[in-house]
Amino acid sequence: MTREGTIVFVAWRDLRFARGRFVLIGSVVALITLLVGFLAGLTGGLAAQNVSAVLDLPGDRLVLQQPSDGQPSFGESTIGQEARVGWQTAAGVDEVVPVGIVQGRATSGHDDGSAVGVALFGLASAGGHGGRGGSADARGSVASLAPTRDDEVGLSAGAAADLGVDVGDPVTITGTTYRVASVGGDAWYSHTPVLAMTPDAWSAADRRLGGDGDPTVLAVSGSPDWDAVATATHTSASSHLGSLTALETFRSEVGSLALMIAMLFGVSALVVGAFFTVWTMQRAGDVAVLKALGASTRSLVRDALGQALVVLVVGIGVGTAAVVGLGALAGGALPFLLSPLTTLVPAIAMAALGLAGAAVALRTVTAADPLTALGSNR
Amino acid sequence: MITLDDVTLTFPDGDRRVTAVDHVSLTARTGEVTGITGPSGSGKSSILAVAATLIQPDSGRVVITGARGDAVDAVDAAALSRDEATALRRERVGIVFQQSNLLPSLTAREQLLVMAHLGGPRAGRRSAAVRDRADDLIDAVGLSGHANKRPAQLSGGQRQRIAIARALVHEPEVLLVDEPTSALDQERGAAIMSLIAQLTHERGTATMLVTHDLVHRGALDSLVTVVDGRVVSDTATGDGRIAA
Repeated sequence: MTREGTIVFVAWRDLRFARGRFVLIGSVVALITLLVGFLAGLTGGLAAQNVSAVLDLPGDRLVLQQPSDGQPSFGESTIGQEARVGWQTAAGVDEVVPVGIVQGRATSGHDDGSAVGVALFGLASAGGHGGRGGSADARGSVASLAPTRDDEVGLSAGAAADLGVDVGDPVTITGTTYRVASVGGDAWYSHTPVLAMTPDAWSAADRRLGGDGDPTVLAVSGSPDWDAVATATHTSASSHLGSLTALETFRSEVGSLALMIAMLFGVSALVVGAFFTVWTMQRAGDVAVLKALGASTRSLVRDALGQALVVLVVGIGVGTAAVVGLGALAGGALPFLLSPLTTLVPAIAMAALGLAGAAVALRTVTAADPLTALGSNR
Repeated sequence: MITLDDVTLTFPDGDRRVTAVDHVSLTARTGEVTGITGPSGSGKSSILAVAATLIQPDSGRVVITGARGDAVDAVDAAALSRDEATALRRERVGIVFQQSNLLPSLTAREQLLVMAHLGGPRAGRRSAAVRDRADDLIDAVGLSGHANKRPAQLSGGQRQRIAIARALVHEPEVLLVDEPTSALDQERGAAIMSLIAQLTHERGTATMLVTHDLVHRGALDSLVTVVDGRVVSDTATGDGRIAA
């Protein structure tokens, strides 16, 4: 049964006639989609393992120490008393939550058994302030992990799993033992699971680790003149997302993966463009005949783009399905984020870039001279 | 009917221009096969290209006259824009090429059906009538048993028959045929020429046929001879037949 009425009359039949070639290019598109999707999922997963705790901090903006030269850094930042007071007394500021972040090691029980790397977060418990967007109770929110007593800690799910402890168990950090008050959802900082403490307990732990005990970040809520206050206090204030550039590992890791994804997008557009350019050049004689018979250039362009779209949709669909399947399987073993951001967005970008590549081939269609159909030996 | 009136066509050739068609006037009448012959390079294919609106002449008129309902409609094809010329070919002109120029991915029947889709989806809605005519024409050219075969599965003569059917499926007023027997042996060539003449007479098409081979001239109703871009003779017989 023929498909009358379709706008891709010839293109549809070409797809069936030269199915080997189209299956080949569809497979290449599917493979590139799989690569892009997998990399995007991995990037998302790694990013989550790197920064989810930072994104979960309360406040409208995060304030870091502004060094005299160079960029602010989570690792180097120290917020002294003067800067803290500067922000607390600034007009328009509703709340300032000092947060201490330092990398440390913890062991389960009272002994010095095998140590697990953790990110020690010191901040007041969620009862004293709201999380970002008022979501303090959301699982994974660092604020909701923070205990109320100095001899307690709150563990993220990853920290509890790595330490093999549960609520009520003892955990030792730099020689001091704490009781696990709560176990929350996932919270990660620089690929280590988060362990939350009270500000005082964190200061003490920081000093034992060689620090000065001062908080490293301020989570500030309100609507002050951010730039003016930041300048006056020698700090920088940026959104939670914007602050991620102050995390060196995030910059280098995500930057590298994003570059690979961008290059794969480029490869995708080039491969699809090259295929359709060669394919359309091979069809140049047919295109000239169709024009001579009365085909409008517009209908031929639609035909060619429709053909490319069919190949792209099928190839990308197969590739995306493989990403979802493999991502679900890999979720337990790899830091993999399966979400519309890592599946649908790359798929749409692939389709758009593939069509852009195929559009390059349209020159052959628009330039084909129907006069060549006369006397042509085909 | 199609009339070329004082048509001149030149091509650039380095710094100068070469005259391919030199003040040519001729007419292909409705229901007749008008042959155009001449030696190689005489300009006969250029005349066909001008008649097909595939190239615009430097001067002169190409008038296609046909019945549109109860009225007679005449259009100067040489004065049309590129899009208008494309639409004219799609609706009022059929072309049979020297080679069959069938599309390799389409079956014989689909070669005809594609004519309903050349103007895009709106034209595609008229495909029901084209489907009926396609089946009739495939039958008329004697290939009803081959309708679902692709060009590679057909012989040269069969391909040319399908090309003729394709050129007629949209019921054009003018049929332009370029050396239809050049790739065929004499027997198959004679059959193709006979088929063109038969369909022309039956369907009332004004057929202009370019040929350098006068072996089959019995199928022509009149013959125009062209040398160096000029018409040197224009002979029509009283009963529409040229003596073999």
